[in-house]
Amino acid sequence: MSDDTAGAAIVLEDVRRSFRSGRRSVEALAGVSARARRAQITGLVGPDGAGKTTLMRLIAGLLRPDGGRIEVLGVDVARNPLLVQARLGYMPQRFGLYEDLTVAENLALYADLQNLSAGARAARYAELMRMTGLGPFQSRRAGRLSGGMKQKLGLACTLVNPPQLLLLDEPTVGVDPVSRRELWQIIEHLVRQARATVLFSTAYLDEAERCDQVLLIHEGRLLGSGPPEQFTAAMRGRSFIATAPIDRRALQERLARTAGVLDTVIQGGRVRVVTSEDSPDIRAISAAVPDLTLTPIAPRFEDGFVARLRARGADGPAAAAGTGVAQAQPAPYAQQAPGGREAVIRVSEVTRRFGEFTAVDKVSFEVKRGEVFGLLGANGAGKSTTFRMLCGLLPPTEGALRVAGFDLRTAAAVARRRIGYMAQRFSLYEDLSVRQNLRFFSSVYGLSGRRQRRRIDWAGGEFGLGALAEAKAGELPLGFKQRLALACALMHEPEILFLDEPTSGVDPLARREFWRRINVLAGQGVTVLVTTHFMEEAEYCDRLLIMAQGRVLTEGTPDAIKAAARRPERPDPTLEDAFIAAIGTGGAPQAP
Amino acid sequence: MWRRVLALFIKELLAVLADPRGRWLLIGPPLIQLVVFGYAASFDLNHVPIAIYNQDRSQASRDLAARFAGSPTFTVEALLSSGRRVNELIDSRQVEAVVLIDRRFTRDLYRHVPAPVQVIVDGRNSNTGLLIEGYAGSILTAFSLAWSRAHGGNPPPAVLDARALYNQTLDSHWFIIPGIIALLTQVETLLVVGLSVARERELGTFDQLLVTPLRQLDILLGKGLPGLLVGLAEASIIIAATVLWFHVPLRGSLAALYLGLLLFVLAVTGIGLAISALSATQQQALLGAFLFLVPSIILSGFATPIANMPRWVRELTLLNPMRYILVIVRSVFLRGSGLGELLSQLWPMALIGIATLAAAGWLFRKRVT
Repeated sequence: MSDDTAGAAIVLEDVRRSFRSGRRSVEALAGVSARARRAQITGLVGPDGAGKTTLMRLIAGLLRPDGGRIEVLGVDVARNPLLVQARLGYMPQRFGLYEDLTVAENLALYADLQNLSAGARAARYAELMRMTGLGPFQSRRAGRLSGGMKQKLGLACTLVNPPQLLLLDEPTVGVDPVSRRELWQIIEHLVRQARATVLFSTAYLDEAERCDQVLLIHEGRLLGSGPPEQFTAAMRGRSFIATAPIDRRALQERLARTAGVLDTVIQGGRVRVVTSEDSPDIRAISAAVPDLTLTPIAPRFEDGFVARLRARGADGPAAAAGTGVAQAQPAPYAQQAPGGREAVIRVSEVTRRFGEFTAVDKVSFEVKRGEVFGLLGANGAGKSTTFRMLCGLLPPTEGALRVAGFDLRTAAAVARRRIGYMAQRFSLYEDLSVRQNLRFFSSVYGLSGRRQRRRIDWAGGEFGLGALAEAKAGELPLGFKQRLALACALMHEPEILFLDEPTSGVDPLARREFWRRINVLAGQGVTVLVTTHFMEEAEYCDRLLIMAQGRVLTEGTPDAIKAAARRPERPDPTLEDAFIAAIGTGGAPQAP
Repeated sequence: MWRRVLALFIKELLAVLADPRGRWLLIGPPLIQLVVFGYAASFDLNHVPIAIYNQDRSQASRDLAARFAGSPTFTVEALLSSGRRVNELIDSRQVEAVVLIDRRFTRDLYRHVPAPVQVIVDGRNSNTGLLIEGYAGSILTAFSLAWSRAHGGNPPPAVLDARALYNQTLDSHWFIIPGIIALLTQVETLLVVGLSVARERELGTFDQLLVTPLRQLDILLGKGLPGLLVGLAEASIIIAATVLWFHVPLRGSLAALYLGLLLFVLAVTGIGLAISALSATQQQALLGAFLFLVPSIILSGFATPIANMPRWVRELTLLNPMRYILVIVRSVFLRGSGLGELLSQLWPMALIGIATLAAAGWLFRKRVT
């Protein structure tokens, strides 16, 4: 293996690190051994809380390992962290941009910090501006940039003095698919042209497929390493697209309970199926649903991850969540929500201005009862503003919004009882226990006495939170935080549910479990409005609305939006392809 | 409505008290500050270093010098034999004052003409300088009285017979420590209330609150009442320490004191909520709180009398709730005042409280949009 070591930019040997959280000790990394090769992109892939950031900080010499050895570019990090730091560039999750400085000033500041000689600056700035496409925005304050542009500027600042090794900690989080693709192009260019070594951490599993090598970590352990094809190769012949003339949710439900099926995911009007056997008994599965067609498709990275997680059995919280998916049908509400299929959310000609800037420009759409509706858009497209207006957090400048027949800005507080809201990053009271959170949110929604006790018991049982009732919300693993947040939003059985990037960063099994619950709710007549950057989530929606520059770009079912992006060279576009195509063609400002 | 407010109230208290650090922050620092300020802050002069240059060298002048040396106010650091070092000693702050007894001192005493004694005071701290002058004057008066009694001659034509009411020994701790009750109550209430909304905004839970059926008023109450409770609890702890540890007499009506504190905390809560409503982050809220705290203490009469301030500043202090509570706390403690006498201090605080809470409610609504 000496040959391998010579080509390795990073060598990890049995790296361990724990943190204290209150009285408990949490093992963030439980013995990780791996290598990252020079002049390649190594993906550090895993859900939030897997230990990615800890590993990055250990490699950068910002943390000391409890045990094991880390060698970076041939230097032992523990012995000589300063030498290592001089040779690497590290872009943490929240890169330290100075929001009150302009793009150019930020760049100059980092050039000063990294001792870039005055003579080399002009050429380097021009190169970075060209690479990131930030040239036209040099005099804009960093605080006024969109999420994607901020990440690009952060990357540019990290690259001012070209490092031999680049550590990028989740640079694509909160970044829309278009900017995400651009960031990837910059990084790939860097590796191919400048022969830099990149360690790229991400919770988006689809990004793993763009890496040369993948280190898949989960709960502090290395689940596998190798080129991404190696993960998918094992899954060859096990992935199918299922179609049948019944509702897609019912189809998924049936398939999930069929023997021999490992995993099911809704994709538009179809269901993606992964079988548990290498040589699947297609006929047995086909028999489970009348008129089922199974079309083989190429496996993807996520299939491999899910298979590994399921194979590990019920020894982790995420795995426990996984087994929950295949079990009994959850029954969130006692009763079916009343009413027919009329529109419960109506947005007509809504405009929102912030000073001179028009964030939302004459947007109109409707959402019917029981529909799962997705609001998509690039960073700064106005979808968050629209979402906040719908929730009553922001008044529109012009136009009218009606949610369940009310404008939530002006309606009596009681009207808000009909909606549930789950914020991004699961806004829970982290110092309070699970039970205290549940009690608080149910009381605030007017629940009391027996009904309140019943709902708290329901949440404890339904979401597997019973045993954790006295644990502080802040100390829960991410998957459980997400469950608690959903439980809190559902305590009062709202008929409309607002979700803001509900499964960003959680592991694939937790995401499946979450959407399974949402599907059941929709089946009971609950209307769900989701805003997300995450195309996986968008696939679950009945209908999507894509916004760009404050306007509605396109609206339709995921399948229709994909179909519109079909080209001869791209016969079966993904939703991400379709999204990027839509933004690309319609993103330019339109004449009024 | 009350059930929802109660839920928020309980949640707020839990959030403050569930965290051991939060609990400690509410009790530890105020008590430490009380003890430190209680001992440190004093207007009384003790052991002021002085030098004496006795040119007379007689029985009488030695007697006078001994009176300076024996006073608890002064410590004689140096006995000078020439005038050369006078300026140097004061300049280098080795002494705060130099007493010069003239060569003709005894002779003039016997001739019954004014016998000259000079005090040279370091005027850099004008307040201390004045006090030193005063203490020196009273030592000289006492000496003069004793001299004329023993040696005949004309007693001083008029003698000041000062007697202090309420604080017989003029112990300035009795003045300052009750003031600290008001000071610490204000600081703690402002921080607890001021940071609560900003913290939720930072964590993103505030949006979550706003989409619940809680109304602005409910949130105002749910956030304000815990501040009220914490403020009053804080005041009670400090009052207990003032009475039990520092033995400052609590002579007046406890009911009046608590009514005053209630109105005071109410007003401060309103200010805290207004600051909270204006701040997007905890850091901004903290800055806002201090922006209010410093002037409110200086313009309260805590250390410097309001009567000494120029007229327009005096009128400005009318808006400062701390000005009123200081009068109340001091009169209840030292003068033994009851409710009736303090009405004139109570109603302005009630008015300020209503105004600040209304303003907070309005800012809340405005900021939320």
